This record gives sequence, structure tokens and C-alpha cells, in this order.
Amino acid sequence: MSTREIYRSTLAELAEKDPRVFCVDSDMGGLETGFGVQFPERYVNVGIAEANLMGVSAGMASMGLRPYANTISSFAACRACEQLKVDIAGNNLPVRVVVTHAGFSAGHYGPTHHALEDIAIARTLPNMTVVVPADAVETEAAVWATAELPGPLFLRLGRAATPLVHDEPIEFVLGKAARLRDGDDLTIVATGPFPVVMALRAHEVLAAEGIGARVLNMHTVKPIDREALIAAATETGAVVTVEDHVSSGGMGGAVCEVLAETVPCPVRRIGVPDGFFDMVGGEEELLVATGVSTDSIVAAARALCHGSGERKGVR
Amino acid sequence: MSVPTETTDVPAELMARALRIRERILHMGSGPSGTHVGGSLSCVEILTVLYGEVLDVRPDDPEFAARDRFILSKGHASAALYAALTEAGFLPESECDGYAVSGGRLAGHPLRRLPGVEFPTGSLGHGLSLGAGVALAAKRSGLPSRAFVLMGDGELQEGSVWEAAQFAPTAGLGNLVAIVDRNGWQITGRTEDLGLEPLADRWRSFGWTVREVDGHDIQELRRTFAEVPSHQDRPTAVLATTVKGKGVPLFEDKKKSHHVTLTPALLARALGGLRARARRQS
Repeated sequence: MSTREIYRSTLAELAEKDPRVFCVDSDMGGLETGFGVQFPERYVNVGIAEANLMGVSAGMASMGLRPYANTISSFAACRACEQLKVDIAGNNLPVRVVVTHAGFSAGHYGPTHHALEDIAIARTLPNMTVVVPADAVETEAAVWATAELPGPLFLRLGRAATPLVHDEPIEFVLGKAARLRDGDDLTIVATGPFPVVMALRAHEVLAAEGIGARVLNMHTVKPIDREALIAAATETGAVVTVEDHVSSGGMGGAVCEVLAETVPCPVRRIGVPDGFFDMVGGEEELLVATGVSTDSIVAAARALCHGSGERKGVR
Repeated sequence: MSVPTETTDVPAELMARALRIRERILHMGSGPSGTHVGGSLSCVEILTVLYGEVLDVRPDDPEFAARDRFILSKGHASAALYAALTEAGFLPESECDGYAVSGGRLAGHPLRRLPGVEFPTGSLGHGLSLGAGVALAAKRSGLPSRAFVLMGDGELQEGSVWEAAQFAPTAGLGNLVAIVDRNGWQITGRTEDLGLEPLADRWRSFGWTVREVDGHDIQELRRTFAEVPSHQDRPTAVLATTVKGKGVPLFEDKKKSHHVTLTPALLARALGGLRARARRQS
């Protein structure tokens, strides 16, 4: 199941409980036949107009409502960035900007629909909480866990189905990285559905080589879990970050910001390189083709553990 | 608030208020940062009438839920708003002395959390969407609140204005009023150089009820605002023809009046011209 699908059914459940919840649509398709039929009085379609989507949602939130504003990530973060910044984030209003097609999840649609800079943009906006669930199970938990958030939320979802990381319901603690695997030799910090899956695969490969890789699912990119990062650096001495996002400015950048100022340690960032990718492919294919893969994580981990000797004295 | 539907004489109090607002604007423009004098002076009567007798707002309870929301989408006319808020009792008399003073509350574009300011504005083209969201929430929540959004005419070049203009009628927002301060100028020259007309037809074609008024005629503004919202489900656009720099002969209909830093000598001349004009009219 995709994070998008589970979000939609969870939103309807939330709306049953909370009369302040509104669904603000921007011609996404499917919301009008779902939420729009279930709660016609709390469904609004602004059309293909993302700047208006953000402004209208801000106005609604200022009146005490809890609008869930729906669009594609690239359109939220880039096209309507100023409305996001000034009207929603600047006013610290409880608008939930729920974006789909994150990263390469709209791979086949081409680079206009790739969102590889959205985390970098969203996490630099004032008051903004940024959450990237790793799978459908976590998405459902994240929607509930952020329902009472007093400020704005950027909830970054995919489009098509991605593998399940969790096979049963989990507790989602906002701002607290989920430790999925233990390990003492290095820490892999992952954000996004495929990156988390790749990190788990890398853990297995490394384990077979005798390398213990701790795996953190950094589902909340802002506020980032400083404690977990400091513990990772202190206890494992090296960090590999992996995300379905350009390798600068995103989660990996956020990790480096924390560690450089607290417990400096060697870090390797796995992300998409600078580029506008005129490529056709599925989500995982494009990630692998641009260098975000289990193999890249394993190679980076090996280099950190056996390589240049730069870790001497760190641990 | 009660709004007279038929009046002949302009209440002296509103005339006096408009004059005081203009004086305050000029004083704010005499600080080291200057201010957007022309576009502030052009919307004085609009603000005078709105705050004088149209908006249901309470200086002693600025946050009450059912209030009307005024949104200054043309945020660069902040000096006019501060002066109007002072006249309406939201700000202390001395507050305008702190315009653009470091550490103060009055910025060149309105900051949030200033009593009476609903949203920070300044980047053009945001206000109408905010107003639409407010109006929609009020309608769906059963609140009597209306949203009044004041925009510049140059601002209408922003595409986001038309996203909101297209949306509001489809959402049935009869409680939304867009006011265009049609002073005909923007920084580089006449707004007509970049083509706004036929403006009334444009708003009508988007499904709005349009009122074309003289934006300096207090009586006409009173009558117009008394009639809005004119339709339960259709928003209203008030196209107010104004003069940039209105009331100060030195600045009237002049490109250079967009942003002015008034030296003491210029301030004295401007105030002199303003008062002489006001005496002739009263």
C-alpha cells in the first residue's frame, strides 16, 4: 500500500473524530470521490492553483480550522514556496501540507514531477515540522501523532506503493528517530521509503561481513533528533545518511549540521547528485541509477570502517 | 456596527479622521526610512470608512472570533493602516512616532501580532487567498465574519490574485470583498503600460459583483460598503478610482510619490499643502 492511500483513509478517520479537519484539494484526483463524498461540507477544491491552496488554507487555519492541504511535493515546495513561507509557516498556523510524489516517486512523469529539493526547502521554513514516513504503517501513525500539532506540518509522501518496513502497527513519536537495527560499528540514518528499505538491506549485507550497522529511521527531519545523532556518533563513531533527495540540504545536511557542532565524526551522505534528471524510470530504478542504493550504502560503510583510517582516535 | 444607507452630508468626524490619517502618514514618511507615501495617501478614505463604520472590529477585544477581517494585501501602505488603527483605537496615539524605528512594532510592511493586523503582508498577491480562506471558514463555521481585502492595482499583475479571484465565486464566498485601490501607478510608471483594463469586466467575467466608485468620495464609499456583501454567494469587487498621493498637491498623481523620505522642509510643505486643500474642501 502506498503512503498516499493510507493517508487518505486515515484522514477520513481523523475527520470523523475532529470536526475542525478540512480537506483542501488542488485537483489531486480521488479526494473528491473519497473525502469529498464522505464530508462534503469539509471538502474544498481550489483547483490547479497551488499558491491559492496555501493562502486559502492559511486563512482557514486562522479561523480555528485544521486544513489538510493536498498537492504534489514539487508544487508545494517550489511553486507555492512563498505562500508556504509567509502565509502558513510565518504565521505558525496549523495547516498540514500533505504532499505526494516526493523524491522520485513520480519517476515516470519526468523531472517536472520529481521532488528532490523539497526537504531542504521545507526544513528551512520557520516553525515548520517536516515528517517523512517510511511506509504506509508509519504514515497512518504519523497522521494521528501530528493531529494536535499547534503549528504547520509538511508531511512528505510518495505516490505508488512501496515495501512495508513495519508489519504491525507502531508508535510514532514525533521528533524521535526510530532505531530499527542495533549496531556498534557505524550508524546508517535513513529518510524516505526506499532509503529506509535500502538501509535495512545494507545492514544485512554488512552484518554478514562482520560490520554492525545501527539503522535509524529519521522520519522527522525537523525538528531532527539531536540526541539520537549524538548517541550514534559517540557510540558508533561514523555515520552514513541516505535519502531520496538531493544530497545537499536535506536530511544528510541536517545530520552534518548537528554533528559538526556536537560530536564531529566521519559522515558519508548518500543522496541524489545535483541534476535535472531527464530519465524515465520507476522510483527505485531512478534512485539506484542516480546513486541511492544498497550498494552505495554498503560501499560507504565499508570505506568508513576499513578505509582511510580517518576514524582513528574518534572512538 | 450601524451603517447609514442614505446620507447627504459627510460626517465631519470622518473628514477630520481622514485628514489626521494623512498627517500621520506624512509624519511617518519623515523618518530616516521614509515610507510609501503615494499608495498610502490614495487609500485613506477607504480605510477611514472601513474602520469608521463598516468593519465589526473591537479595539478592546481585537481577537473576538466573529469579527470582520481586514487584510491589507498592499502591505507597503502600512503607514495608512497604522494611522487608521490609531484612529480606531487599536494603537496608542504615540505609536506612529515609532514608525520604522529599530526595535519598534511598526515595520515598513505590517508585522503580525500588532493589534488589528490579521496577517503580515508585503509580498503582493497573497491577501485575496487569505481572505478567501477566512470567508470560507466563516461560512462553513456559521460565523458572521466578513473578509475585506485591500489590494493595489499594480498588485493585480500577480497571478495568484487571479487564482483566488477564480476560486472565490465557485466557493460561494458572498462574505468576501476585494477592494482595488486604483491609483494608476506602480514604481516604473502607469499601471496602464502593463495593461489592467477592462478591469471591471475582468472581475465580472470571473463571477464577481463589481462596484466602481470614487475612492475618495466618503459618501459613495459609505453607500457602497453598506450594500456589501450584496449577494449571499457572490463575492464583491469594489474598484475604487483613486489618486496616488491624494490630498498633498506636491505628490498627487506623481510617479515619484511612490516612496518618499520627507525632509523637515518637505514635510512642512506637504503638511501645508494638505491643510490648505482640506480647508478649501470643508
